[in-house]
Amino acid sequence: MPEEIIQVNHVSKNFKDIIAVNDLSFTVLKNDVYGFLGQNGAGKSTMIRMLLTLIRPSSGEINIFGKQLATHRIESLKRMGAIIEKPDVYKYLSAFQNLALFAKLSGMRPSKSLLMDALKQVGLQNREHDLVKTFSQGMKQRLGIAIALIHEPDIIILDEPTNGLDPQGIADMRKMISYLQQERKKTVLVSSHLLSEIEQIATRILIIDKGKKLIEGEASTLLDPSNTMIEIKALKLEEALAKLRNSQWESLLVPGDEHSIKLKMSKNLIPKLHQWLVQNNVDIISMIPRHSLEDLFLQVTSGKNNVESI
Amino acid sequence: MWKVFSIEVYKIFKRPRTYIAFAAISALILIIQLGLYVDGNAYVDFIMSGLKDSFDFQGKILNGYLVCYILLQLLLVHVPLLIALVAADLVSGEANMGTLRLLLTKPQSKTTFMLGKFLAASFYTLLLLIWIAFLALAVSVWLFGTGDLIIQKNAYVVQIAQNDILWRYGYAFLFAFVAMLAVTALGFFLSVFSENSIGPIVATISIIIFFTIMSTMGIPLFQKIQPYLFTTHMVNWKEFFDEQLDTSGNVIKGSIQNMQQVNHSIIILSIYIIVFVWGAITFFKQKDILS
Repeated sequence: MPEEIIQVNHVSKNFKDIIAVNDLSFTVLKNDVYGFLGQNGAGKSTMIRMLLTLIRPSSGEINIFGKQLATHRIESLKRMGAIIEKPDVYKYLSAFQNLALFAKLSGMRPSKSLLMDALKQVGLQNREHDLVKTFSQGMKQRLGIAIALIHEPDIIILDEPTNGLDPQGIADMRKMISYLQQERKKTVLVSSHLLSEIEQIATRILIIDKGKKLIEGEASTLLDPSNTMIEIKALKLEEALAKLRNSQWESLLVPGDEHSIKLKMSKNLIPKLHQWLVQNNVDIISMIPRHSLEDLFLQVTSGKNNVESI
Repeated sequence: MWKVFSIEVYKIFKRPRTYIAFAAISALILIIQLGLYVDGNAYVDFIMSGLKDSFDFQGKILNGYLVCYILLQLLLVHVPLLIALVAADLVSGEANMGTLRLLLTKPQSKTTFMLGKFLAASFYTLLLLIWIAFLALAVSVWLFGTGDLIIQKNAYVVQIAQNDILWRYGYAFLFAFVAMLAVTALGFFLSVFSENSIGPIVATISIIIFFTIMSTMGIPLFQKIQPYLFTTHMVNWKEFFDEQLDTSGNVIKGSIQNMQQVNHSIIILSIYIIVFVWGAITFFKQKDILS
């Protein structure tokens, strides 16, 4: 059984009459990429801020590395690095100066070469002495990553790290999270509303709504690859549907709408289906596998009563 | 603590806003010095006109020591407004920039964080006063020379021998530092309650103006609370420029007439500093960081 890095036990947070987090419990294991999901206002950021001691829980207990966060705050923060939404740094300082400042606050006495290496790793090697006010959002995000990682934390907490990033920046962020988990053996807790991104990297997933847990479990179990929905659009939709009904694919058809055909199948079968459609002269406009996490998310957030742990 | 303090000082002096106070002070002092240098004797004749019938003044009345005294009278009322620009921005400015949440995810205790910030602002206040002392005293002495310091009080005139003045300025600036620390602490305290700098800066300045008016108006209702207002005590640096008389009416060299009042003012100002700093830290430790 992997080590339990973060334990959240029945944590609630009220802001006057508003219940932001409601009796939430979950566990993050060593080397997890823990996808923390929920709609806007679900309580993700409040929970993450409680993990980082920015917000005090109204009730419940948080343990980091088996020690109570409330009484071991400094010890716990030494082992944590974070980006909370957009990484705001000092705009009147350069990237190098910002990184040096936060490294010192993290308890380090960083050498110039260490700082330069850290900036190089996030692709800011030629802009290290430029003031941050001249940086794009993506560059600020990369600087935020360097700040979060400079003290080699064991836990990395990323709250909506892809906010404001372009598609390339989002892909880079995904690669970086995978690299941190696989190569550097870090534990990553990441919240995002970009389900497709989480789906590709998360090892475990928690979905919350209105501060309550809806579902938690292994990504491989929750995201059943045998149940991928494929949405096909064709030039002659009726003709394509008729062909499918008279084929080995018939049993996989699910009710669609007048604009598309839908099939539920294992991901492995998608290339075969594509090949069959081409061989049978179906003029395909598009063939889109709907993300199973999206399905899961919509399913549990519309049901809302299914508090489940797998 | 030292780490947070040094980082905060670094940040304060990297911000262009910090230098507004130094630039404003420099401009004000140099303009007043220029005015007095060009037409100072006429000004002195005017302020001493009531005394010329009773006293026969000889020697150089308009000297560097008098110029410094005039400057301090003018400036020490307005310096708090400049201090508020930095002190009231200490926490609120971080919240406004969004850096507060990143700072607080670093392994520092919140008390250390807050004390480091306050000490850094205190250091800024000290440097501002040292700069004022340099310009107002050293430059004035260089421009106007030295001589006895003649000051007109409400009902009498004080003449302090020139070899008995410098230490008084030293203590006056130390006292002014304590007084300005009370302003720093007020700004620091108010900065905890807001997530933008404008509110605490305006609030600090407003409180100083409001209290100063209450401290100086002779309305009986105000007089009852005047002893408890920090603004009443901020101007008591002037007590260092008053001498005791012996039983035969001769001046006791090196004496201060009302040291008890000075001590009392320092105690009141210190209480304000402690209460504001303690209040700021206590509230901050309870506060949820939502910025």
